[in-house]
Amino acid sequence: MNPSPLVNPELAVIQVHGITRSSFILRGALTAGTVFGVHAVSPFVGQALAQGGGGDVAVLNFALTLEYLEAAFYEQGVDRVGGQLDAETLDLAKELRDNEKEHVDALKATIKKLRGTPVKKPKVDFGNAFSSSEAFLKLANTFEDTGVSAYNGAAPRIRNKDVLAAAGTIVQVEARHAALIRLARGKPPSPLAFDKPSSMRAVLSAVKPFIKS
Amino acid sequence: MTPEPTNAPGTTTTVPTDLRDDPASRKRFLRMMGTGGASALALVLASCGGNEEATKAALKAREEEKESPDLKVVVYALVLENLEADFYQQVIESGMVKDRRAADLVKSIGENEEEHVEALTAAVKKLGGQPVAKLKTKFEDILEAGPQQILKTAALVENLGAAAYLAQAVNIQDKAILAAALSIHSVEARHAAALNKLAGNGFRGERKLRGTIPDGAFAKPMSKAQVLTRLQPFLA
Repeated sequence: MNPSPLVNPELAVIQVHGITRSSFILRGALTAGTVFGVHAVSPFVGQALAQGGGGDVAVLNFALTLEYLEAAFYEQGVDRVGGQLDAETLDLAKELRDNEKEHVDALKATIKKLRGTPVKKPKVDFGNAFSSSEAFLKLANTFEDTGVSAYNGAAPRIRNKDVLAAAGTIVQVEARHAALIRLARGKPPSPLAFDKPSSMRAVLSAVKPFIKS
Repeated sequence: MTPEPTNAPGTTTTVPTDLRDDPASRKRFLRMMGTGGASALALVLASCGGNEEATKAALKAREEEKESPDLKVVVYALVLENLEADFYQQVIESGMVKDRRAADLVKSIGENEEEHVEALTAAVKKLGGQPVAKLKTKFEDILEAGPQQILKTAALVENLGAAAYLAQAVNIQDKAILAAALSIHSVEARHAAALNKLAGNGFRGERKLRGTIPDGAFAKPMSKAQVLTRLQPFLA
């Protein structure tokens, strides 16, 4: 099975202070679920997840929408403009595509664990973004910087500590993507000392032109 | 952590000589930093110096930090940012990085770190904490070894910094402090990726903590104890 960050054993090293008993039990049970299969996780755990997960599911679905968009963007980009990229930049585009796909899978799995329903994969249209390598990298830059600000803006709303930890493991990778794409464009990788958070509303309106349904 | 009371805020307190020279006490220092938080360092420093006043102040600070887990995180972040800012300043002063692109990057990252130090210093004050002592560092060998070693070290330190922030996010209770920490965390991640790239590292290195995206799609957090152990070679 595809490990979601929520059940990622690496997260076990995080020291959580003031952790609630239920989420402690939850983590153990979820880890057990990874090892022994989902059916080994007892029903009360599912209930606890459902109780703790209301608002978090909305945040996760928001993140999933962005990750779907990014994954599709790199997948199409590699196919359509890959031939115009130098070998190093093509490798980068493929790496980013693969990372975003993993984010999609992990977010879907996490939403399901929280008894939520993952949003459907949106139909996308990236306009002229594949007309040149420059246009491709420019939009990649926008997506990655937007992704960072989206996660940073949404994360403080997350109530479940495990979900927050998982979001952190993803946003760090988005920030690394942003820096690498920026370098590939000859732009400063960290133009600000503090990345600006964006509201979910602002992000959704920014990406709306690329979502057809 | 608390410098000895005679120190004005913002001045550098160095680790006492006996702590520096005695491997056992260095281990103790790391252990206490890992478990007891930054105020424990103050306690170690104070007890090493045999200063009763300082010990009392450190104990008091420790009590206060028990009440404020956020302060503990902010102090820890400031210790790391001070170390990074210190490193970049030394790199710039050494004049060893001559490649224009690399030098520009080091300069701009160093400026970012200075801003982090300022913000975190203000946050410590706001949370009622004591001024934070800087760790005494030794980067001389790395500086002398030349630009490649400097970039490799910067790449490692930034990967450590990103992993350190990642682990602390879940410890922060105040939403505003969490938002601030997240806005720094992603900048550390940007630094880490850029410096690893400049150091010639690929996406993933043969060793842990090496690479532009060293853990793949999901970054791995590191505990305070793990981070401080990896920083040990850079501490005087």
